[in-house]
Amino acid sequence: MQHYDYIEIKIPAKTQYIGVARLMISGIASRLGFTYDDIEDLKIASSEAITNAVQHAYADNEQGEVVVGCAMYEDKLEIMIADHGSSFDFEETKKHIGPYKDATEERFLREGGLGLYLMETLMDEVKFHQEEGVTVFMTKHLGGERGEQEDVQRTANS
Amino acid sequence: MQDMNLQVELLEKNSVQCFKVVGEIDAYTAPVLKERLAAVEKVEGLHAELDLSEVDYMDSTGLGVCVGFYKAVSNNGGHVKITGLNRRLSRLFEITGLNEIIDIELKESEDDNATL
Repeated sequence: MQHYDYIEIKIPAKTQYIGVARLMISGIASRLGFTYDDIEDLKIASSEAITNAVQHAYADNEQGEVVVGCAMYEDKLEIMIADHGSSFDFEETKKHIGPYKDATEERFLREGGLGLYLMETLMDEVKFHQEEGVTVFMTKHLGGERGEQEDVQRTANS
Repeated sequence: MQDMNLQVELLEKNSVQCFKVVGEIDAYTAPVLKERLAAVEKVEGLHAELDLSEVDYMDSTGLGVCVGFYKAVSNNGGHVKITGLNRRLSRLFEITGLNEIIDIELKESEDDNATL
């Protein structure tokens, strides 16, 4: 198994803490050496997933927690976001994450709308897993697979 | 709220209601912007401008507020223009296709990049 460092944060399911988790993602992505554009993509994609978890996973009056886990590899960042508040056994949870299924994830499509679209556009890979709650698993590779030549060029020029 | 990382300032220039938005627009702050805009969106024939040149973070919640405002103003015979978009923000409007619907204008300093 490829080695990775792991950082996890657990936030109350309240919108004012989404920015806190976003700052963590930004710091981790910067530590890994992602470009400015990729860091911004990671901030948006993870905020979308955390926002979904905060807004949809809990009934209005219920106290809940959202867990954001980041596995930092040499060449990629994997982010896992769960709305059921328990810490991950990262490897174990990963095993249960399946490919994206339209039928199962209808809730996301319906409610997440634009947010889900942005997650899929800005990350290299997005997967879902639904059991006691919803877990979103996203990957972004260092240095690209973006297929967006103009962004690469701009980064190279700056 | 004191710790809110978003400010909205309303200026009137040449009968255009210009909202200058400063800070981050996410699920926490978007309701504040939405409320400020809701106060004027029913005005008949409103001419409004959303100046986002000082917005350093925005996601789908912010796009949602822009779309909602655009719809409400258009339905009342008005016009909305979104201005001051930096490269990051304009990309967000482009990949969601909203640039085809809403009148947007890039930040002056970003014009060189816009044609790339």
